[in-house]
Amino acid sequence: MSAKAEFSGYLRQDGRKGIRNTILVVYLVECAHHVAREIVYPHRKQGVHLIGFGGCYPNQYAYDMMARLCTHPNTGGALLVSLGCESFDRRGLAKQIAESGRPVETLVIQEKGGTLSTVEQGQAWLGETMAGLEESTPRVTMAVDELVVGAICGGSDATSGITANPAIGRCFDLLVEKDAKAIFEEGGELIGCERIMAERAVTPELGEEILATMEKTARYYTTMGHGSFAVGNADGGLSTVEEKSMGAYAKSGSSPISGLIKPGDVPPAGGLYLLDIVPDGGARFGFPNINDNAEIAELIACGAHMTLFSTGRGSVVGSAISPVIKVCANPDTFRRMAGDMDVDAGRILEGRATLDEVGEEIFSQVLAVAGGAPTKSESLGHQEFVLTYKSFEPIGPACLPV
Amino acid sequence: MDEAQTGLLLRISDVDNVYVLLRNLTAGTVLKFGERETVHEKALELGHKIAARDIAAGEKIIKYGAPIGSATRDIRAGEHVHVHNIKSDYIPTYTLDSVTE
Repeated sequence: MSAKAEFSGYLRQDGRKGIRNTILVVYLVECAHHVAREIVYPHRKQGVHLIGFGGCYPNQYAYDMMARLCTHPNTGGALLVSLGCESFDRRGLAKQIAESGRPVETLVIQEKGGTLSTVEQGQAWLGETMAGLEESTPRVTMAVDELVVGAICGGSDATSGITANPAIGRCFDLLVEKDAKAIFEEGGELIGCERIMAERAVTPELGEEILATMEKTARYYTTMGHGSFAVGNADGGLSTVEEKSMGAYAKSGSSPISGLIKPGDVPPAGGLYLLDIVPDGGARFGFPNINDNAEIAELIACGAHMTLFSTGRGSVVGSAISPVIKVCANPDTFRRMAGDMDVDAGRILEGRATLDEVGEEIFSQVLAVAGGAPTKSESLGHQEFVLTYKSFEPIGPACLPV
Repeated sequence: MDEAQTGLLLRISDVDNVYVLLRNLTAGTVLKFGERETVHEKALELGHKIAARDIAAGEKIIKYGAPIGSATRDIRAGEHVHVHNIKSDYIPTYTLDSVTE
């Protein structure tokens, strides 16, 4: 492997290190979305990302997610944009961000004289903050074992489970071997794999927790009336949710499962972790994952510096905050959409590469992206983000035996 | 499997009763299993499944060495295996065809 296992990171006050130094502009209700977008627009390709929460009613999960994202190691500062009458606890959030040592400002549109003056003041704050950010953020050496890497599949087809997902699994094995933190998800796309997953848990108690989580997941999706299965999955040759699951499961590689976490829980040590994104309690706010980007945001809230994204049909999405590395499973899709894809895993299907070779290529890309190289979706300006209502109970002690 | 099919079909696990297509299948392709020939009237994209042997209605479909659903009718070796002849043992599959039904 030619890529260096050490790179330069941004040191944060809590000791964590980031691979990007992004400024977030955060709308705290849909009514502030346009103003926030206008503030970002001139700087959208200069490391300023737009995220937000659309709802007006308060929600602890959404607040905790936002706090995690605004104090994520890749985040250098945040501008909060509030309409003024929404329920989101803007003062609490601003306080948490300030205490994390990051520059933060809150603009309340109703107090700042409306759209134009808020946009003007927001852009002025951005200009000043961006000018001083690189200088005021300490740069330090960062190693592979300090990385948190997430994995997700989106726009899966029947090639995903044969090429891209097992190749990501090989990369995950390499990361775990080097004591990095690797996170896979999500229960709804692992239905049918509960027993084999439980057997991989580092303790029997964790295995029991995984089984209980998977039971909750199957129940929740059954209540919703849909599996985690889109129309395109069937067009691509997948017939059932458990077939999709078996393919998706390959992303996890072959390491033991060290823990079960929920959105916002940061893995405490190197190893492989399963992220449970299915809300606890009754099915209240709708689907657990309304789309891939909701899951990516949750991986990022768990500290993911980047996300490995396997796609067969051809997803183009990236993400705010943490880069997305697109691993294309289907060789025909790669030929059609090469400009959006970082890795051509479909070569495996055509005998032009082995699983191990593609796994090592993904690992090299992880190191390159950690060192600052932009991914395809990053270069194209993709900054998708979505956050919805949910509710979770904290994880129990058996979930993190390490 | 017929010699000509080598490189076209992949059996992921030895116990699987379905193959995976490694290349796109053009309409009218004939797949030969022993004495039996199956004509595929429709084009099939790579990744789709082909029955590796006769599968009876109710029998589990095995891929990756694991059950991925059950046959809803008898499936003959060489046939396309998909939402029209298998179903999930967990949550029903939603397709745009099922919306218009």
